[in-house]
Amino acid sequence: MIRTRRPKVELISRSFIEKIIGEAFTILGRPGVFVENAEARRLFREAGEAVDEASQRVIIRKKLVADSLASAPQTIELYDRSGEKKYIVGHDHVHFDPGSAAVKILDHSTGQGRKPETADLIRLARLTESCEHIHFQSTALVSGDVPEIIADSYRLYVGLQFSSKPVVTGTFRTQGFRPMFEMLAAVRGGTDELRRKPLAIFDACPSPPLKWSNLTAQSLIDCARAGIPSELISMGLTGATSPVTIAGTLVQHVAENLAGLVIGQLAQKGAPVIFGGSPASFDMRKGTTPMGAIETMMIDMAYAQIGKYLHLPTHAYMGLSDAKVNDSQAGLESGMGATLAALAGINVVSGAGMMDFESAQSLEKLLIDNEICGMAYRLIEGIAQRDEPLASQLFEGLGPETQFLTMPHTRKWYKLEHTFPRLADRDTYDAWVSLGKKSMADRAHERLDQILEGTAPNVADGALQKELSRIMLDDARRNGIHALPEISIA
Amino acid sequence: MESQNRLFSRMAEAIVIGNKKAAETLAGQALAEKLDLHEVIEKGYIPGIQKVGELWEKGEYFLPELITSAECMKAAMAVLKPAMESSHMERFSRGKIVIGTIEGDIHDIGKNLVASMLAANGFDVMDLGADVKLERFIDKAQEVRADFICLSALLTTTMLNQRRLIEMLGGRGLRERFKVLVGGAPVSRKWAADIGADGYGENALAAVRLAKELGPKGGRP
Repeated sequence: MIRTRRPKVELISRSFIEKIIGEAFTILGRPGVFVENAEARRLFREAGEAVDEASQRVIIRKKLVADSLASAPQTIELYDRSGEKKYIVGHDHVHFDPGSAAVKILDHSTGQGRKPETADLIRLARLTESCEHIHFQSTALVSGDVPEIIADSYRLYVGLQFSSKPVVTGTFRTQGFRPMFEMLAAVRGGTDELRRKPLAIFDACPSPPLKWSNLTAQSLIDCARAGIPSELISMGLTGATSPVTIAGTLVQHVAENLAGLVIGQLAQKGAPVIFGGSPASFDMRKGTTPMGAIETMMIDMAYAQIGKYLHLPTHAYMGLSDAKVNDSQAGLESGMGATLAALAGINVVSGAGMMDFESAQSLEKLLIDNEICGMAYRLIEGIAQRDEPLASQLFEGLGPETQFLTMPHTRKWYKLEHTFPRLADRDTYDAWVSLGKKSMADRAHERLDQILEGTAPNVADGALQKELSRIMLDDARRNGIHALPEISIA
Repeated sequence: MESQNRLFSRMAEAIVIGNKKAAETLAGQALAEKLDLHEVIEKGYIPGIQKVGELWEKGEYFLPELITSAECMKAAMAVLKPAMESSHMERFSRGKIVIGTIEGDIHDIGKNLVASMLAANGFDVMDLGADVKLERFIDKAQEVRADFICLSALLTTTMLNQRRLIEMLGGRGLRERFKVLVGGAPVSRKWAADIGADGYGENALAAVRLAKELGPKGGRP
């Protein structure tokens, strides 16, 4: 039997990869990178690197990067809330999750964006739970009904209660780490258990060009020590905050990510780190950051290829769109992105449901994107040899009446070979008319209602809910907030 | 006169093609020849930056050209300014602007574009940089008697600080004292209206148009 090939796309050659990494090393050696965080600078100094305290500039030698690459794990395991279901982040495994921190939610009934509230965060978590092709949840909405100061921990608080999936999240303030860490440990029943079975990934974004801010470096250090995987989110904008050429932006991207990798390894050898990013092909006309641009996707695929070359797990923001409504652009950009990410074998792919330059989330789009992700998964399953011989035996006795519909061979394989979308329209024209001439977004909206009304939420058990509430309330009180919105699924 | 006109057109040209060195050298020449500096600005440099605006509107110029020209304009003004009496500068200035990326946000590319274009179009721009504390905006604006406070935010999370600044102004009885303009990738006209800002510019040129409209000199072209 012939082994099934996993379809894969690689954009650049090995020698190109090595050239990009070589130049990244050159930059790390001179001029170096800015590190705002004093503790991170101390770690560099203790490792024998040249640190200029006045300018906060750190020189990173190749040897230290090589050591860090050697000590960073090649794959990371994440576990769901129950601690039973395991996900491998590494090799060519692909896991989709809804994007990050949108401050708007697209309201299907009005076609307008509005401020998300607690009820929307609950809906997001429950819908993510229902999406079979979206493996991880993420804290993808910022709740407008709680003060900003606790917005980071509050997202996680809601997500952990209403979805069992591993969660991609991050801090908005250095003090945000503590309550979020406590919540994750509460789910596991202890910090050691959490270290053994990580539940969350924390995003940390360097500031282009070549700077690790106080907040993000602190997040790297805190996560490294807690055994929580960090996702390095370099985000150069071509020709604005990074070189205009794709290759030039890749050099900066690799340098920024390697600096982040080193910070993590200096804080804790063996700390899990994911080589990720959210760069964009800066639009020189509009001054915007299109995530749906093909060049953005090319940068993503290429740095992910470099991450693989460095034997690190990878991440990208792909499968999202800059469209403001669920139109053709939304489908085309999300479809291309998710497909290309899967073909590139990117391990964590953030973006489902996202639109408008990562600023808005649409729950209808989340369900549509789930279907896109399903198609991408089917694609990378590849074409298998199911039988020996393949099919020649089926043609024995060929006659005018030969058909395949009733053959046992068909019955045996059709569900394995073919997928059946729920939202894509495969009706005849007349059937579509009789069903009310609905668009895909309309069908997604109906489906959303069915899921929310027809399925029981996968809620955390009572004791855990109580503990999560206690941690959240403590965090709120420390910030002078004494009441939080009521959590209910009504 | 003939040679003066030729000098003016070379100044305009230097701005249009984005030749900073030429823009500065020509400004130096104007000083050496003791020309009327107002005329130099109004007939030499301003037509240049106006032409750049036209080329942008026509879709021929993109951001790299636009901002390079704005920087050239700034460089030429820096040469001329010390030689101009302050009363003349006041007459030339369209208004004073305090601008910065708001607290918690280190992204300042968009803000830099806006600051450059405002400066190139005759505003006195005090750029406070990125991650600017809310108090600092207000203190600086009071200190320089600014007409505008311009707030940028790239992050959806930090944009919320724009509302806080407006509330702080209100709390101190200063809301009417300054026009507050907001911008940034996640910001929208609706957001600006919601938080009670005086205006929203979706890009650098829109910000210039808005500031000209709302500024102390109103609709002067």
